[in-house]
Amino acid sequence: MAINMEPAGSRTTGKVRLHPTQNEALLFEKSAPGKRAYKLPPLDVPAADAATLLGEAHRKTAAALPELSEIEIIRHFTRLSTWNYAIDLGMYPLGSCTMKYNPRVNEFVSRIEGLAEAHPYRPESHAQGVLEIIDLLQRCLLEITGMDAITLQPAAGAHGEFTGILLVRAWHESQGNPRRRILIPDSAHGTNPATAAICGYTVENLKSNADGGIDLDALARQVDGETAALMLTNPSTLGVFENQIHKIADILHEKGALLYMDGANMNALVGKVRPGDFGVDVMHLNLHKTFSTPHGGGGPGSGPVACKAFLEPFLPTPVLVRKAGNNGLSELHWEYDRPQSVGRVRAFYGNTGMFIRALAYILANGPDGLRQTTEDAVLNANYIRKKLEDLYELPYKTPSMHEVVFSDKRQLVHGVKTGDIAKRLIDYGFHPYTVSFPLIVHGALMIEPTESESLEELDLFIEAMRAIAREVEETPELVKTAPHSTRVSRLDEVQAARKPVLRWRPAE
Amino acid sequence: MAYPADYRYTREHEWIEVNGSIGTVGITDYAQSSLGDIVYVDVPKVGDAVTANAVFGSVESVKAVSDLFSPVSGTVTAVNGDLKNTPDKINENPHGTWIIKVELADPAELEKLLDAAAYEAFISEETES
Repeated sequence: MAINMEPAGSRTTGKVRLHPTQNEALLFEKSAPGKRAYKLPPLDVPAADAATLLGEAHRKTAAALPELSEIEIIRHFTRLSTWNYAIDLGMYPLGSCTMKYNPRVNEFVSRIEGLAEAHPYRPESHAQGVLEIIDLLQRCLLEITGMDAITLQPAAGAHGEFTGILLVRAWHESQGNPRRRILIPDSAHGTNPATAAICGYTVENLKSNADGGIDLDALARQVDGETAALMLTNPSTLGVFENQIHKIADILHEKGALLYMDGANMNALVGKVRPGDFGVDVMHLNLHKTFSTPHGGGGPGSGPVACKAFLEPFLPTPVLVRKAGNNGLSELHWEYDRPQSVGRVRAFYGNTGMFIRALAYILANGPDGLRQTTEDAVLNANYIRKKLEDLYELPYKTPSMHEVVFSDKRQLVHGVKTGDIAKRLIDYGFHPYTVSFPLIVHGALMIEPTESESLEELDLFIEAMRAIAREVEETPELVKTAPHSTRVSRLDEVQAARKPVLRWRPAE
Repeated sequence: MAYPADYRYTREHEWIEVNGSIGTVGITDYAQSSLGDIVYVDVPKVGDAVTANAVFGSVESVKAVSDLFSPVSGTVTAVNGDLKNTPDKINENPHGTWIIKVELADPAELEKLLDAAAYEAFISEETES
């Protein structure tokens, strides 16, 4: 298959093969002196002397920017855009990411002129429409989570974690002791310990029990008067619901510690169970996961933080409040006078375009639709589990929620690892699943189909995974050297990490 | 790969070889094979204090960043500078590639560590689950 059709004089490293269309050089490589994509009119104002005006900042040599014509630039980016894999092209089974479809109604609503062109400097009285949208989204999210107060400011999940733990810290400080430690299960997302550390806490690891859940005895032993909080993902990164969650909350609360919930896996809970009802004090949501706004380079994220009433005074400023306006009507107003607030965590009010899309999604589905979404997400994950568990090792047999975690134990006998299987999946037209996470599963394959996928698409995915399992036994080399159908063959990830080339440099 | 009988081991997969009052610390073959290709090692400075069971640094592989736990308490007397450019030595020869050397504060701590047989039994349990 590997026909060497590389064009003569190619400046590639030899990794790139000729594709039915063609390969694409960097803009810098395509550049030739004198090409322009624009033509400026003659100067009709007095010329300024840049050297005098800029002083030391005046550069002596021209910047080495690529020089190309407009059509070359357009073709370059258009070609690259056709290489992308996207949710609009096929399934994206990345576990713990909830790469669900971004419904077109979201885009339609967010492009309505008055919303698309809303400006954060507009006076409040002229921005009541957008503020009503923000207010309604806040109320919907509070209803879904069972919490009392919320901020939409954080720009994404990890930023939400940071904001949430700032609230935890501010509350403990108001009680006289910020406390020293945060407990984090060994199955957690890496952002959890990073958040705790950046907020000034020492991270204490909590070992999972045999079912992959929290070990209540270990928790009770580890929680003390210096424990600020437990950061818990529920369902866990194994896709398993913590069915002792209320007891976990009780153990923490008895010692004055708080329960933080990482809402990354909220897609398994919406409409079914509310974190506020099972003892969570503060949590973040990912609008770009659970609430169908673009995810993964497709748009900015959004990580609202919801909390119980006792944490409300510490929320970032400003907070949206409703007050009496003219003519007996109520008006929404940004309140800044919040003496206990942790302060602003983001410019303006958050990624407003995402609020509009998330609200469109919530309203388009309605309560029953959202509940159905959760059920379908869980059903799809369990369908995949059932159809693959005879070929792939299932390290935790606990019932799955919205994602399923296999291990490469049976394939490892043939020298094939989870990363190899994931790369082979590309040849079958699917985006890889999440590889080697959670860390408590050796060689993990973490698969989250979401509710977006039809039975037909799920069957295609299952067929691909079953075919790969056969290849692992019959022709393991084929899998170990995948992908074979891409423009660029397997990349040297180790070398890329050890000796990264971060910028283009002209040939010597 | 055999686990040297004269080393002692932690449940976090570090080994220590003791010569007089100096302990030499590295990570085990099991650790390097779980981590995969190591790309970076973050180590303390000579003179820094380390505490038994507490984090003294980290190893980064293409898969993950993992904390390094000190088998003993004491003061760092040497750091393996070669790892800056060739962290892959840990993958090639885990039991012969040291990360730090420590002047032991309390040699009695060594008794809490696992010997080679106990460590092998421990990792076979881990692989089972």
